[in-house]
Amino acid sequence: MATVSPALHGHDHADSHAHGHHDIGFIRKYVFSTDHKVIGIQFLITTMLMLMVGGALALAVRWQLAFPWENMPILGKIFAGEGGQISPEFYTMLFTMHASVMIFLVIIPILAGAFGNFLIPLQIGADDMAFPVLNMLSYWFMWPAMACFGISFVAGGVTAGPANGWTSYPLLSALVQAAPGSGAAQTWWLIGLTLVGVSSMMGSVNYMTTIINMRAPGMTLFRMPLTIWSMFITAILQAFALPVLTAAGFMLVTDRLLGTVFFIPAGIIVNNAEPTVGGGQPLLWQHLFWFYSHPAVYIMLLPAMGMVSDMLSCMCRKPVFGYKPMVYSMAAIAGLGFIVWGHHMFTSGMNPALGMTFMTSTMMIALPSAIKTFNWIGTIWDGNVKFNAVMLNCAAFVALFIVGGLSGIFMAAVPVDIYFHDTYFIVAHFHYVLFGATLFGVFAGIQFWFPKMFGRLMNDRVAKVHFVLTFIGMNGTFFPMHLLGIAGMPRRYADPYLHPYLEHLLPMNQLMTISAIIMGAAQFLLLGNFFLSILFGEKCGRNPWGANGLEWSAPSPPGHGNFDVPPVCYRGPYEYSSPEAEAMNQDFILQTSPPPAGVSKSTSAHH
Amino acid sequence: MKKFWALFFYFWPIVALYFCWIAPESNWWFPGEAMSPMGVRIESLFYLILWIVAIVFIGTQAALGYALWKSAARDEGQKAWYSHGSHSLELIWTIVPAFVLVFIALYQMDVWAEYRVQSFYPDSTREEGSVAELAARQFEWRIRYPAPGKKLSDEPESDDLYWVNELHVPTGRPVKINLRTQDVQHAFFSPQLRLKQDAVPGLIIPVWFEIPEAGEYDIVCAELCGWGHYKMRAKIVAESEAAYKAYLNRLQDEQNEDGYKAAEEETN
Repeated sequence: MATVSPALHGHDHADSHAHGHHDIGFIRKYVFSTDHKVIGIQFLITTMLMLMVGGALALAVRWQLAFPWENMPILGKIFAGEGGQISPEFYTMLFTMHASVMIFLVIIPILAGAFGNFLIPLQIGADDMAFPVLNMLSYWFMWPAMACFGISFVAGGVTAGPANGWTSYPLLSALVQAAPGSGAAQTWWLIGLTLVGVSSMMGSVNYMTTIINMRAPGMTLFRMPLTIWSMFITAILQAFALPVLTAAGFMLVTDRLLGTVFFIPAGIIVNNAEPTVGGGQPLLWQHLFWFYSHPAVYIMLLPAMGMVSDMLSCMCRKPVFGYKPMVYSMAAIAGLGFIVWGHHMFTSGMNPALGMTFMTSTMMIALPSAIKTFNWIGTIWDGNVKFNAVMLNCAAFVALFIVGGLSGIFMAAVPVDIYFHDTYFIVAHFHYVLFGATLFGVFAGIQFWFPKMFGRLMNDRVAKVHFVLTFIGMNGTFFPMHLLGIAGMPRRYADPYLHPYLEHLLPMNQLMTISAIIMGAAQFLLLGNFFLSILFGEKCGRNPWGANGLEWSAPSPPGHGNFDVPPVCYRGPYEYSSPEAEAMNQDFILQTSPPPAGVSKSTSAHH
Repeated sequence: MKKFWALFFYFWPIVALYFCWIAPESNWWFPGEAMSPMGVRIESLFYLILWIVAIVFIGTQAALGYALWKSAARDEGQKAWYSHGSHSLELIWTIVPAFVLVFIALYQMDVWAEYRVQSFYPDSTREEGSVAELAARQFEWRIRYPAPGKKLSDEPESDDLYWVNELHVPTGRPVKINLRTQDVQHAFFSPQLRLKQDAVPGLIIPVWFEIPEAGEYDIVCAELCGWGHYKMRAKIVAESEAAYKAYLNRLQDEQNEDGYKAAEEETN
């Protein structure tokens, strides 16, 4: 089903690419490009820079928790002004924007936007996405979104950034008088959120269509790499859940600007303002918000799971253990992901009977995650492991996902959640999932597919140093958060030490902040390695890792239209160390290599 | 170097477990003993999950470390094991965790029902009604008691008694309070009682607890409520029935004291 006609031109195909590039001009080629690879790289670089912004905000949060009310060096001068002291209003803005930037401008776009764009057509053997212009727009809608988030920092003055948490629970977020950051800043924040949603939605429609319609001949559903499965399932999740958030966001905007009262009950007096007119219900927002934002947790995780499965298999020179269970468990996570949103609301005052049903469904969603973990370990088992930076980051993904997955069980159990809800325990839990798992998967993915993006390798030694520093910094920052949570330290406190029962936790917070600074500094190694390797990295051929996927049969970097010969897929993606490969004296066998002559095992691939 | 990396993945879970092991004696654990019977039960459920989770953590991390070690120790030329998985293994590691998870879920139901489902509340709290209303606002806790001998009504009565940031309750029997908020969302969190409940605008949420021992216990806010979220500090003062009654009477006297009577006596 590839749209390029079979290659009759043969070898001079690559040359004709070069001509094509000159014709479209710089702007069309590198800025408003419709080429999925350029868009993917645009997403990747944008989100990596946003990662640094989000990280800086996090370091400011950590500064306040380690050295409350003391002047913050460097960052404080830039953000907080004056001597660099963080005010409580500013602190609430810091964690709000840290989460917003990391979730909406880093993790979701780096997985779906960067890797989804770059990998989907290459791995299924298509020449581009189904809707290239829509694809371009999905990237360029990120910029107004970023602009709105940027404006929200200053719209109400420097001490009145959006300060309602990334969850923006009304009434705090609905009534202008409720907080300094509930004014114009909150409106800009909501508009930014909507625009990010528009961007994601355009991406997800495109991914679904492309994966369904544009697979190369022979690329049956169960020959798709798990990356593609994960992107497909993520796109479906996105398409069904996102409209709910968009609607909820609009409802909150109209509550704020037009006087609708979807979320505002009657007779509430905030800060001596007029009593509210009422008729609404704040819990409605929580239901709508989490109906999207819980599936969003899987949108932020599933693609990394898929990518890690691909990379682990390649680096262990071994097929993925239990390919089909892996697919089914991802589908199960996505399905169950729609019926567990209530576990964010156990203490919210919703119908207590729901606590029991949501607990049961939440416990059940741990099951596919457990199956995946066992299968990853099974994939490594008795493999011929290449201990490079890609493998180390993948192993870290598995090791840290175990922590994040297991700590979730405490919060899934409703009675235990009564104590742990909104303490640092939950902060530890989701950072182990989103940083420990997803970001380590992303680090591995960047190094693994970098050669395909730029035709050069990243420096493995630097990448290993980056890995060790990040791993130690990450655990030093987030592991003690479990203990802070057990000690009962609530989230979002500008000064927890005001409370005598938390006073003794200051030294531990200082240790965590030092770890966080190490972790933050290590990311400059990643950026340096990335950008310098684009220029000076060791050049490599099409398939530096000896991997099987279709993308590795294309040139590095692939030209416009990706493949010099439209690929035909003859086998599954993970046939490492198979007897067939052995017969060819290698431990991999490309999905495009035809079966040996005389074996009529091939499928619909015959033209 | 390969073996170094395999050991690296063995080593860090040991460090993590070591820190958990020394946490209670280093004071990085629960803020004192659970001071309510419900808190004791919540804590025991926590320990049940902790043991299950610790076993799974050790098992999976050891398996991961061993898989890496085994590979690091093998000969360079040795081929990887060509296997697409094992149906029976998949069945085992689907069914066993499923049973454990369902067990955990079912085992938790009772405590949740007693804490939140009103028909499971202790009979005495249902007969007596709420002893006080705890109304959160930016950034304090307002307390309203009914006049001694009367029942708390949802709407304020003229003879209600008020105080701020200090909730008195009797010890040794279950008491119920009405949790409300006057402005944005807040959450009642008492770390020593191990209890938490959000206060939602427009809702009156009954919360019950029992404190066996007299003493002072923290109340903090656990739901972001604005810039001063961190400073919503209050306390529960649990005292004997007699002291509690005396407190309410004293509060009533103070509140009714208008100086008028004293002046009258002087003129006589």
